This record gives sequence, structure tokens and C-alpha cells, in this order.
Amino acid sequence: MSKFWVTFVASILILLPFLCNSFSPDTPTDRHVLVLLDDFAIKSSHSSYFNSLRSRGFDLGFKLADDPKIALQRYGQYLYDALILFCPSVERFGGSIDVAAIINFVDSGHDLVIAADVNASDLIREVASECGVDFDEDPSAMVIDHNGYAVSEIEGDHTLIASDDLIKSDVILGSKKITAPVLFQGIGHSLNPVNSLVLKVLSASPSAYSANPKSKLSTPPSLTGSAISLVSVVQARNNARILISGSLSMFSNRFFRSGVQKAGSSTKYEKSGNEQFFTELSKWVFHERGHLKAVNVKHYKVGETNEPALYRINDDLVYSVEIYEWSGSSWEPYVADDVQVQFYMMSPYVLKTLSNDKKGLYSASFKVPDVYGVFQFKVEYQKLGYTSLSLAKQIPVRPYRHNEYERFIPTAYPYYGAAFSTMAGFFIFSFVHLYNK
Amino acid sequence: MAAPETSTAAVPSLYTNNALRNAFGGVLSFFILLLIGVMAFSIRLFSVIKYESVIHEFDPYFNYRVTQFLAKNGIYEFWNWFDDRTWYPLGRVIGGTVYPGLTLTAGTIWWLLNSLNIPLSVETVCVFTAPIFSALASWATFLLTKEVKGTGAGLTAAALLAMVPSYISRSVAGSYDNEAVAIFALIFTFYLYIKTLNTGSLFYATLNSIAYFYMVCSWGGYTFIINLIPMHVLLCIVTGRFSSRLYIAYAPLVVLGTLLAALVPVVGFNAVMTSEHFASFLVFIILHVVAFVYYIKGILSPKMFKVAVTLVVSVGLAVCCAVIAVLIALVASSPTKGWSGRSLSLLDPTYASKYIPIIASVSEHQPPTWPSYFMDINVLAFLVPAGIVACFSPLSDSSSFVVLYIATSVYFSGVMVRLMLVFAPAACITSGIALSQSFDVFTRSIKFQLPGISSNTEVDAAETSSATAEAQNDAVKTEKSEETSKNRPSKKSKKKEKEEKPSTKAKAEKRLIALPLDSSVISLLLLILLGAFYVVHCVWAAAEAYSAPSIVLTSHSHDGLHVFDDFREAYAWLRHNTDVDDKVASWWDYGYQTTAMANRTVIVDNNTWNNTHIATVGTAMSSPEKAAWEIFHSLDVKYVLVVFGGLVGYPSDDINKFLWMVRIGGGVFPHIKEPDYLRDGQYRIDSQATPTMLNCLMYKLSYYRFVETDGKGFDRVRQTEIGKKYFKLTHFEEVFTTHHWMVRIYKLKPPKNRIRGKTKKSKSKTSSASSRAKRSGMGKKNPWH
Repeated sequence: MSKFWVTFVASILILLPFLCNSFSPDTPTDRHVLVLLDDFAIKSSHSSYFNSLRSRGFDLGFKLADDPKIALQRYGQYLYDALILFCPSVERFGGSIDVAAIINFVDSGHDLVIAADVNASDLIREVASECGVDFDEDPSAMVIDHNGYAVSEIEGDHTLIASDDLIKSDVILGSKKITAPVLFQGIGHSLNPVNSLVLKVLSASPSAYSANPKSKLSTPPSLTGSAISLVSVVQARNNARILISGSLSMFSNRFFRSGVQKAGSSTKYEKSGNEQFFTELSKWVFHERGHLKAVNVKHYKVGETNEPALYRINDDLVYSVEIYEWSGSSWEPYVADDVQVQFYMMSPYVLKTLSNDKKGLYSASFKVPDVYGVFQFKVEYQKLGYTSLSLAKQIPVRPYRHNEYERFIPTAYPYYGAAFSTMAGFFIFSFVHLYNK
Repeated sequence: MAAPETSTAAVPSLYTNNALRNAFGGVLSFFILLLIGVMAFSIRLFSVIKYESVIHEFDPYFNYRVTQFLAKNGIYEFWNWFDDRTWYPLGRVIGGTVYPGLTLTAGTIWWLLNSLNIPLSVETVCVFTAPIFSALASWATFLLTKEVKGTGAGLTAAALLAMVPSYISRSVAGSYDNEAVAIFALIFTFYLYIKTLNTGSLFYATLNSIAYFYMVCSWGGYTFIINLIPMHVLLCIVTGRFSSRLYIAYAPLVVLGTLLAALVPVVGFNAVMTSEHFASFLVFIILHVVAFVYYIKGILSPKMFKVAVTLVVSVGLAVCCAVIAVLIALVASSPTKGWSGRSLSLLDPTYASKYIPIIASVSEHQPPTWPSYFMDINVLAFLVPAGIVACFSPLSDSSSFVVLYIATSVYFSGVMVRLMLVFAPAACITSGIALSQSFDVFTRSIKFQLPGISSNTEVDAAETSSATAEAQNDAVKTEKSEETSKNRPSKKSKKKEKEEKPSTKAKAEKRLIALPLDSSVISLLLLILLGAFYVVHCVWAAAEAYSAPSIVLTSHSHDGLHVFDDFREAYAWLRHNTDVDDKVASWWDYGYQTTAMANRTVIVDNNTWNNTHIATVGTAMSSPEKAAWEIFHSLDVKYVLVVFGGLVGYPSDDINKFLWMVRIGGGVFPHIKEPDYLRDGQYRIDSQATPTMLNCLMYKLSYYRFVETDGKGFDRVRQTEIGKKYFKLTHFEEVFTTHHWMVRIYKLKPPKNRIRGKTKKSKSKTSSASSRAKRSGMGKKNPWH
């Protein structure tokens, strides 16, 4: 069996340089995924998860984390679109991979899944912290919840938690509600509240705390309550997506299949929510959902079709943009009623909600303010779970030309009259004065 | 009025002889003028010969850019030009905020040459506009001085002006600035005013208004004209010299001139609404009142007149008081009392330094030092008093104008070094008068006492006076015309009659001043020596002091000539390596050059119209890196340009200008406090510097990696080692540094892709940070190696 896998991996390795061009902005879903494992046993113990990925068309390449031949890129080209780190205890990656390589991998727009566990290595902690997630500093600490634990046959140490405190986002977790609690056993982490890029997907209940279950609690635990995050996602500014979980066993077949009953609750679920949770979450992480693109930004004067080089104050204009969402296989029109355009010069002078035609075309028409300057059409669309759209298009607005003002103003007619009557009077006076002798 | 008919008949030979001499003199002075024009033009070509045909300094680059636009797009586009490449994101309406005179002049010259199939580039035309106009200005000086004191004084004054260093400094080839044409317009307007005053001709009065219009088009200094002429009119009225000529000289100028001035977009309604123009209207009213009083006086008997005066005065005073009270209330309701900041700083020299740092920060708005007077007008400084004395003997309307002109311009030049330029023509005119009068006296004395001609003394003396000292004649003429000013119709014929026999008349009126022969000869030689000194100094100033284009610098040292062409290197880098719409932030001094040479959008430039915007940039420069990054990012800035002279000892760099950034920034954003940057009241960058100073953006951008040059970080401008030598930039990265490090360009780093968590493991953090820094540092050009 293992021999088969070796040949499989080898063949993938040979084919990878040819296959890897499939990821592109036009089809943002990942195709080639490198999975780094502590040992190959994980491959079978977590096969449900891997199979669900494979069934959706991903090429998974399994490697031991300390394999000396692994590499993320070759000749400046990345070989993979995503990386799964199921190796919580690795102290040092093999080959050319180190923390900086992984961070560069993310910074060049690729996705990452990290599963840590109790006694996670410094290396994994460092990768996580580069992404804005801080695991409990005590390496042997686990999340303990004496109220929200999962009921099992033996009264354990309450480290197996059944959590149903999920993020409320259809984009991240799918439109079908996850009813069964999600089982978790592992280390908790905390997020910096000012960090706007990282989201708690699964958080602990208010009664949870993070401590070493085997030793006696001498000092108050550093992480308590719902500040503890169990599973978090990060969407970097370049829209690379990262999933960080404090538990590797969450992904395992055992957790996927086991029934769950939350302490203090009478309902017993046949199957835990883990499978649905991770299937949906991996769809998000691997850009099968929530990936937007904006194309065909256009603006023109009302009644015209060509895009002018600049506008005049008080012009009426139309701004339009097409926004599509990637469905995993094709670009579908994105329909929302909260996309706004700003007409911006140091501050928004016009802020208008774009109306859409349900086919992805968003448009708004408005009047240019009575201020000249270099404006920008700005669309800053940052919605939970979606990739952020940030469009800016510079457009100067000029004042009236000298011949665009009204020549005669009605209110000034008395002055015109005064001027002309004075002229006439002066002429008559001069005439009389000169020839009246 | 003793003009006997007999004398004409008695000396016909003398008359023909005299006419010949006059004709000869006319031809001679024509050629002298021609030569003066050639000299005025050619003395300004040192910059082209020593450097190259290139636009100089800062403002000329803007004028050049505007002229290019005009040449390309025509006058209507220029008028309506909204420039989106400057003052981002506000933009600037160039057509409505620029004095168009210079641009239109050069544009017209270019168009004319091109339609004559002389394909000169716009740049060439711009470079040579200033020398051409200085030739014109010296001719205008000739005309003006001739009106005041005769041809001799005119020629002398023209020669002096052609090479006065103060004017050369603003009009060398390449110095394509408003002043280049404005000084000509100023002198010519004054000439036409004097001409109108002397002749009382409406034709000249109209020309005068048009010349004034040209001046308004050309330079903000036109307010000097519109205040000086009313002052002179007032002076004439007060000293009892009111005449209809004065009325004709002034009233059309105010009416037509104001109407025309209001046509210039940049002036517009300012021509009637600001206090700078107020004096002219007040004097206009006073002039009419006085004219009316004279008219009434003429038709009423003296007794009736007295009654009328008491009546009018009592009623008039009440009305006047009411009007003045209203006016004062109106003016006082505006915070600056209706005056613009620059004008206020002229009236109160301490005003700018107290309230408007942006005006005080400009070096040419500083008061000049005494040496700069000697540098700029040289021996004229000694001749001016003599000229003033000469103007008083005798005092005419026109000579009183010269006195008034020099008195006011001395004051203004003492307030602002830039206005030395207005003072220089006045100094040339008075010195020309002084020189020519003293030459006149000395040569006459010599001639009088030379034995060979002594037999014919009387005639000769008379002829001398007629040939050389038309001034006397002129003075007499004015005196006489004043007597006859009331019966104007007869004036012309009398004048003609008078001109027929100037010699006899002059002879009758002249007090002969005869000095001893030897002292006259020695004085004459000394005067010539003085003139020679002046010429030598002027040529030296033109060749050495005022010809540097300031964008190319040179320095001589023991191992030869060094050329520092860093500015153009940096601008060329920007032009070739950045995106067309990228925004470049720098201190406002370099705004015009960046838009003109690099064609990149700037945040602020030398047209300092928006104090807040400049203060924003000043605040960013004096803030720590992160705050500065946020300010610049909010303005969409991609690149930051700083000028640094510490390596080669270029003193006018950004660190020396830094105090103004702090002051201007602190004036609008109070969290920038000047004392934070000062140690013992001084800006220091050495080890004594304050932490705020060492952490501000300007320090960091100037001295980043500076220690790598010599290992010590020794700043040759401040003559000290810098305080903080080793530091890293977090939010900016160096992208270009010129050969001599004079211009350094930095790029704003993009926002971080991820936000790091808070790790306490400093070991791993530093290692990864340094590895990244090393990577970015690689491949970067180190200009020192």
C-alpha cells in the first residue's frame, strides 16, 4: 500500500510543474495541495477529510514534514496552490521549507491550513503567530470546559468539548445550518481584537478555560471564556486564506463519525458536526466560495457612452461595475444590496449604494459635487467572509470654463440698465456741452 | 518768458550749427542705445555659456511648463487649464491663479518665430525672454530718465540699468520668471505716466493704462504702481502743483487701469475690493474734489468763494466722516484688514514672522543685509543721494516722482530682499541723473577754463548747456509750463517757440557753475574710475554670482571642477521608473521642478496657496515613521523625495529647511510642537538632538544608511556627526539615491499582508526580520560603491 503511495506521490511530483498552472485569477479554486504530516498514519486516520477534498477535485500530495526533498517552489514557480500542515509536533521542516518560506507562500496568495495540537512545536506556533493567532503559551495546556464538554461513557477530564458557538456567516460555513455541536480536543488560542483580518469561526463557551488538565491549577489561567478561539480563519490582504485549528483530532475519522451529546443537553446527535463543519470550511479556505471579482468598471456622462478624461462640476454621471462570485466552477453574478461607491477626495463627497440588475451589473448615477479637484471612484467592499474588493479610479473634476457661465444673469439687469443709461447720459451730456454754444 | 525775436534773427548760423549738433546727437544716442541693448542682452548670457541653455531654479520651471501648455493647446485651453498634477488631490486652476503676462509674452514670441519659419523650441524662447526684456527695460529707463532730466541722464541711467547686478540676478538667460518682464513693464508704465504728466496728452494716458494692464498681467508687484502713482498725485496736490495735466495723467489710469486689471483672472474683483487698491480710489476722489474746487474758484468771486468753502467744508466734513467710519468698519471686519499677507508684511516687517510662517520661510522674503545692498547695486548706493539732490534742483513734477519712487522703494527693499529688484531701477535713474549732472558740471568747467576757447566763452558755454544739459532746458520748460498751465491752448505754440531758441533762454536763466580746472579734471577721472569699478563689479556678478542655474551645481576644489547634477538625475529617475499617476511628496520647494521635469503629480508646490496642505506635508515630515506613513497614505502618495546635502555640503537641503516644516506644520496641527525638536533653542542633529528629532521622518529619510558612506556619519553642512547612525526603516524603503546623495527617493511600503500576533519569542522574530531586510537590501544600488 505504502509503495503505491510512494509511486503516486512521485508521479504527482513529476507532473506537478505541468499541472500547477491551473490556479489563476480566472479560476481561483485551488487545485494542488501539499499535505505535510507527522507520520503517514494520519493519512488513514483522517482519510474522511482527505477524501472529501479529493472528491471535490483536489490533488493531494502527502509528504512527511521532515522529508528532505520537499519544496514549495521550483525555479521561482510555486508547485502547489495550498498547503495543509497536519504536523503539530514537527520541530524542523525538511528540504527548503521554513517559516519564511511558508509566510512567503501565503504572501504570494496561496492558502494554508494549520492544525496544531497539545504540545505543538515552536515552529507551528510561529507560523500561526505570523498569521495573527497566538496559541496558549503553556505547551501542555488544553481547553477545558466543565459545562460544555461532550458526554461520553467515562467521566473524563472534560477536555473533549462540544462547541456550537459558530460564526454566523453563510459564506464561510455554508447556507445549511450545522446543527450538531462540533467536537474539539486540543489547545486553545487567542486573537488580537484589533486584528481585523482574523476571525473566530469556532469559539469556546464562556465557561471554558485553558490549562494543563493533568496538573493542579495554581495560577489563574491566562485564557478564559469566549476569548478562547478553537478554530480561526484569516483572510490576508491579498485574499490568501488560512485556517488555524487548535486540534488535529478534530479532522479525524473518529471525530467525524462519533455521536455527540453536549453536557446538560438532552439531545443526542448521531453524528458530530465536524464533518459538515470542515467540509464547508475547506470550501471557503480553498476559494470555492466567497471569492468575488469586479470587472468592467465604467463611468460616463448621462446620455453618453464614452468614458471622459475628466468631468466638470455638476455633471451627471453613471458609474457601473460588474461583480461576480466564484462558485467553484464558474463565475456567477453576485447579488447584494450593500455595495457602495464613493466619490472621494480626501473624504467621500458622494456615497451611494449601487443598484444591481441581478446579473452582476451594479450601477449608480449621481451628480458631481460642486467642488473641483482630483476625485476617485472608490468601491471598498469588505463583507464578512468575502474577498475584499477595493477599486479606485482617479478622475479629475474641473470647474466651469470661462464660457460656460451664464452670460446675463436676471438679477443683474438693474446693473446693466444703470451702466448703459450712464453711458447714454454721458454721451448726450457731452454732445449738449460741446455744441450748445 | 523773455524770448526776444531779435536773437533768432541775430544768430542764424548758430541755429543751423545747433540743429546739426542735435541731429548728430540724436544719431549718436540712437547707437548708444543700441549698444546698451546689446550689452544688456549679452551680459546675461554667462549662464548659457558657463552652464547650458537651461531653465533655472524653481518658479521658472512652472512658467516653462505653463508656456509649453500654452504653445501646445492655445490660449483658451490655457485660460481654462485645470491642472490635476499638482496640489493633489485639490488640483489647481492654473488659468485663474497665474499672472499670464510672462507666459503670453513668451508664447507670442514663440508663435511669431514659428510662423516666420524659425523653428525654435519653447525652451529656447523661454531661456532668452529675460535678456531680451532687460534690453527693453534699459530702453524704457532711457525714456523715463529723459523725460525727467534729459537725454544725457537718460543714456547714463540706461547704461547703469543694463548691468545692475540686482536686476541681472533675476534676468539672466534661463531665469524665466515674472520679474523678467515685469521690471520692463514697471519702468515703461512710469515713463508713460511721466510722459502724460509732462504733455497732458490723453493718447499717452491711454497708453499708460495699457502698460499698466501689461504690468498687472505680469506680476503681483503691480500694486506698487497703483500705490506709488496715487502717492505722487497726492504729493502734487499737497504741494500746490495741481494741474489739468495731473488730472489727465491720473484719472484715466485709475478708471481704465482698474477696468483692465479686473480682466486678468487672477486679479478679478480684487482690483476693486482689496485694500491694496484702495489708495488709488481715495486719491481719485480727492483729485476730483480738488479739480472741482479749482473750477469753482475760477467762476466765483473771491468773497463768494470763501463763503462756499465754509459751507462745503462743514457739510463735506460731516459726510466724509460718515463715509470713512463706514469704510473703516467694513475693512476692520475682515481679519487681515483687507490686506493680503504679503502686503501686510511689507507694511509691518515683523508681521510675517509672527503670523505667517509660510511667507517668512521663503528666503527671498527675508530682509536684506547691508552687504547685499553693496552686492546688488554697488556704487549706485553712493550716487543715489547725489541724484536725489539733483532731482531737487529744480524740483519738477517728474523729478518729484523719481524722489518719491526711490524713497518708497528703499523702504520696501529693506523689508524684503526680493523687492531690491524694484529699488534697482530707481537707483539707476537717480544715479544716472547724478552722474550726468556731475559730468555736465565738470566738462562745462573745463571747457569754460580751457584757454583755447576762452575767447568764445559765452557762446560756447551757452552751446554746451544746450547740447548736454537739456535737463536745465527741460526744467525750465516744466517751470514755464506750470506758469502757463491754465491757458493750455496757447501752450503748444509757446513750447515750439521756446524750443527754437533754447540756447539764448538757457543762457539768460542759467547760473554758471564753474569749478577750478584741476579739481574738475581730477573729479572727472575719479568719476570715470567709479564707473569702471561698477562695470567690473557688474561683470563679475553676472559671470560668477548670479549665473548658476541652481539645478546644476558646480564647485571648484584642488582637484578640479565638480559638477553636481543630482536634481536632474533624480527627476529623470522618477520620470522613467514610476507610474504616470504616482504621487510624489516632497517639501514644496521641489514641487514645480517635479511636475515640470519628472511629470509626476505632487502634493504641494511653490505656489503656496493652501497653507493647510503644506502643513500636512510638514507634519508628515516631522512625525515619526508610522504617523507619517498614514498621512502620506491618506494622500495616495507613493514616493517621498528628500533633498540631503550632508554628504557634499549643499546647505539649502531639507534638514536646514526643517524648522519651517515644523513651524508650518505646528501652525495648523498643534500636536507638532517646535520645542520638542529644539535643544537649547537650536535644531540639532548630533548626539545632543532630542528624541523627537531623531525619530522624525525627515531625519530618518535624510540620514538612512548615511553612516555607510564614511563610517562616522559626518554631516558636512552641519559640521557634526549625526546623533543616530544605525536604524532601519519600517514603513518606507529606499528606492533611489543620486550620485552625490543630494536627492533621495523613498517608496511607501504597502500595508502588511498579514497582521502578526504578539509573540514574545524575540529570537525567532529578529531572525526572520533580518533575513527579510537582507533580502530587500540586496540588489539595491549603493551609490557609494
